[in-house]
Order: sequence, then C-alpha cells, then structure tokens
Amino acid sequence: MGLISSTHSISRYHIDGKIEGSLTEIVRNGLIKHSIPKIESEYDEISAGWTPVESPYNPDFDKFSFLFGTYFLFSLRIDKKSIPAKLIQKYMSIEIEKKKDKSGRDFISKNEKSEIKEMVIDILMHKIPAIPNIYDVLWNYEEKNLYLYTTQKAANEFFETIFLKSFNLKPIRLFPYTIIETKSLFSNSQKDRIQTLVPLKYSRKSYA
Amino acid sequence: MLDIATAYNKYKFLGTDYLTWIWFLIETDQNISLLVNSKDAITLEVGNSIVLENKLGDKSKEKITIKGDQAGLEEGTTALKKGAYVTQINLICKINKDEYRFTIKGESFNITGLKTPKTNLSNKKDEIEGLVLEKTFYCFNIFNVIDTLFLKYIEKRTADDWKTKELQDIKNWVGSF
Repeated sequence: MGLISSTHSISRYHIDGKIEGSLTEIVRNGLIKHSIPKIESEYDEISAGWTPVESPYNPDFDKFSFLFGTYFLFSLRIDKKSIPAKLIQKYMSIEIEKKKDKSGRDFISKNEKSEIKEMVIDILMHKIPAIPNIYDVLWNYEEKNLYLYTTQKAANEFFETIFLKSFNLKPIRLFPYTIIETKSLFSNSQKDRIQTLVPLKYSRKSYA
Repeated sequence: MLDIATAYNKYKFLGTDYLTWIWFLIETDQNISLLVNSKDAITLEVGNSIVLENKLGDKSKEKITIKGDQAGLEEGTTALKKGAYVTQINLICKINKDEYRFTIKGESFNITGLKTPKTNLSNKKDEIEGLVLEKTFYCFNIFNVIDTLFLKYIEKRTADDWKTKELQDIKNWVGSF
C-alpha cells in the first residue's frame, strides 16, 4: 500500500551521504538508469526497478514527475514469477508418463525425475507472467529521511540494493539503535551509557 | 557505529522497553505534549491490540496477544508482573483534532496499518500533488512524535535519577495490578 492509500505500512531509512552536483538531475538519471524494464523478460524470475508513482506500468520519468514539493516520490516495482506447486506437479506427471511410454520402462530414475522437473520449471517460467508488487518511496533529501511504504523483508532488501546502485548513497534502516545514532543530540558519554543498558525487568529484583 | 545487524539484535530491547513505557505513560495519564515539548495537544491511547512476550528459562518464549476494541488488558498487566515486555502495540494518537491509528513494533519501529486523518483531496491529476504533500505531512507528524518521545525515554533512562524516580514509578504502576 502506498502513500496515497488509506492505510500505510512503513519502514524508515536514514540516507547517509550527499549528492554532489545538480540534485534533481542526478536523481532523475538514477531513476531512469535503474527503472524497471518496459518489456518483461520471459527468462527472469524476478525483475525490480523504479517507476513513477502516477504510472506504475509505464516507467517514464520524462513524462511523469518524481518531485512533489521538496520531496522525491517514486515507486519500487518488483515483478516476480511464481509457479504454483500444483502446476509443477501436473506437468511433471504428464512428462513422466511420456518418458515411460517412450522408453518402454514402467519406472524412471531419480536423475531423470529431477531433469524432468528442471525442464518443467524452465518451460513454465517462460510462459507464466510475472506478478507486480508496487511500493512507494518518499525521500526527504534535506532531512536525510526516507520512507519505504512496506515492511516486507524481501522488498526492503531489494530497495537497499537498488537505491545504493542508483544514487551511490547508503540507506540505513531506522530502528531504536540507529535512531539514537542518527537523530539524537546525545553526547558521546551518553551514547556510551546507552551501550551499557540492559533489558528491564519489573518482576524480580534485577532492575537495570 | 556498530554493525547494523549486531546493533539491531543487541539493542532491540530499547524498543520493547520503550513500548512498555508508553503503556505506562498512557495508563498513568501523563502529559505527552509536555514530554515531547510540543505546543500541540498530543494524547495517546492504547488501540485494539497489544502483544507481549516473556522469555522462559528454557530459551522458549511465551507470547501474550490481546486483541479487540473492548478487550481488557488484565492479562497483559499480569504478564508484565511476570517479567513480560511489550513487543507490539496498537496506538491511537491525537494531535490537536487529528487522529492517527497505527501498530508499532518495538524491535524495528516498523509501522503497520497507519490510518492518518481524512483528507478531502483525491488522486485526480490536478489534486495529486496536494494529496501527496498532505499525506506526507501526516506521516512526518506521527514519526516526529514517536522519535521525540523515544529520545525522551532514552534521556530519562540514562539519567542519574532513573532508578530512583522513573523506574520506581513504573514499578509502582506494575505493582498496582
């Protein structure tokens, strides 16, 4: 679910580093360079890249904006081919019968079975269309903040890889420890003290 | 800075301890605006779910989930007494007249099911920029409250009088069930 939907799931990042030069142009180029391909590859199991928020199925950053006010907003699209196990089972059974008929044997070896499985997956992978998933990315460059509108681990990992490749900036996931490191004004001695903290227990005598 | 994965695992308790503290703040009716030093009227309420965990001696964990709009929190308070901590909580945050509902996970601070105040703008071409900016404003607002309150908690937790003041108050609250 994206930024303009009624409910949101969000994971956050601190963006380390600076872009030297014309910010908007460099961001535009990074988005274009790593945009999702317009034509789906029949061989790739997974394909991922950027696309404009207003046009998720036509990744055209010349036609659609990625700049809203002072923020960058675009989407990460991940297209994944997923073959249902029952479909593999069906075609394997058909191919195994064919093989038996052809060879005149009433059994096939383990190796033959795995070869058939590989072949079936290969054929189905080419035929089956990829399912797209779209996650919005809201980037407040000035504040070094970025919101990714999903909390799915796989999407986070794709995002981190593609973002670094696109803009040469490292996104750091924001969670308790990194919030302290990136957003607080704590002194070094306070930070040292934080590192000595241990979980609280309210039940017994061991109070931190 | 520590390695990210190490830091995540080693200090995730700061997030779960923080959520337990938020529950304490709510139940003891504390002034959130004052704590985050804001001119806005900010209130917090427990929403429709709270999840606690308790580490048992044999490396296993006990998970206590309380769900429902009218759910009683007695099981949760009993669990706290037994040493449990809050891992996830659904909160209703009001900032002036605006209401936000969301679930926050302690270890990651991931937010799910965030409902921001309603907007009159639609996603038609001429209104999309306004809609984006309004939604962005709402998202920034809620994270500002979460982060500021969290850093306030850490400030208190590392203060010299933590054990004699705030921790004592939390212990009294837990002991009052």
